[in-house]
Amino acid sequence: MSTSLRNNGPALLSLTAAALLVAGLSLAIFWAPEDADQGISQKIFYVHVPVALTSYAAFFWAAWKALRLLWKGDERHDLESYTAVHMGVIFGVLTLVTGSIWAKVSWGQWWVWSERQLTLFLILFLFYSAYFMLRYSTDPGPRRSRTSAVYALFGVALIPVSFMAIRLAEGLIHPVVFKRDGPDMEGSMFLTFCVCLAAMLALAGALYLIELSGKRADASLRELRERLA
Amino acid sequence: MSTGEKYLWAAYLVVFAAVLLYVVLITLKVGRLERELASLAELARDREARSG
Repeated sequence: MSTSLRNNGPALLSLTAAALLVAGLSLAIFWAPEDADQGISQKIFYVHVPVALTSYAAFFWAAWKALRLLWKGDERHDLESYTAVHMGVIFGVLTLVTGSIWAKVSWGQWWVWSERQLTLFLILFLFYSAYFMLRYSTDPGPRRSRTSAVYALFGVALIPVSFMAIRLAEGLIHPVVFKRDGPDMEGSMFLTFCVCLAAMLALAGALYLIELSGKRADASLRELRERLA
Repeated sequence: MSTGEKYLWAAYLVVFAAVLLYVVLITLKVGRLERELASLAELARDREARSG
């Protein structure tokens, strides 16, 4: 990667995310048709599902970086894995909040404990929230990097379970949109969803790069302070 | 505005508010890093003056 692209990466990705967010939300509000059953509230789908998928993507990225750390032993992957978990948890909070708002308008309740999809996502979210407790309960160094990496790798096993729960369970009220034979929605709805998903992924990517450069600057300053002390 | 519309805007606003909050937090962090960098630069200059 060239130096100029590395330096301007967060800015370029932020601009792309902003453009895609404006496009996605405009398409969702003004172009995508209203759902016959749920009406206008179904348009929460264009925010809720991309945010949830972005959260999964961030956890996958964290696990990939954790695997690289354990495999290659390169310590820089520790900060990358940590930052990805950080992003995943932020998008996880947004998934739970937007999901609860949608549940309230559709089902009349903020949360339904009998729904396995919801409960499994909550377990996944709490599992990754506990990552920070584990990380900050040990002193910085290779031991902390390795235990954090193993934890991030274990968590990723919960994602397919959470994703498949909706398909395996019976008698659900949580809708299934993506089926084996393709998305169960109109072409305009699917296009809007794709733009919103690209926007959320670009937003998460931009936030990840900004957060990572902030954490790297913080670590460099700490090292400099120790050397000058 | 219908109930459905209110909830729809609430969901969109939550995401917008989260992004805005993140921008505020990162601005505060950049400010802190700038101050720390300035104090370290001053420390380095003091050392250089004392040794030189």
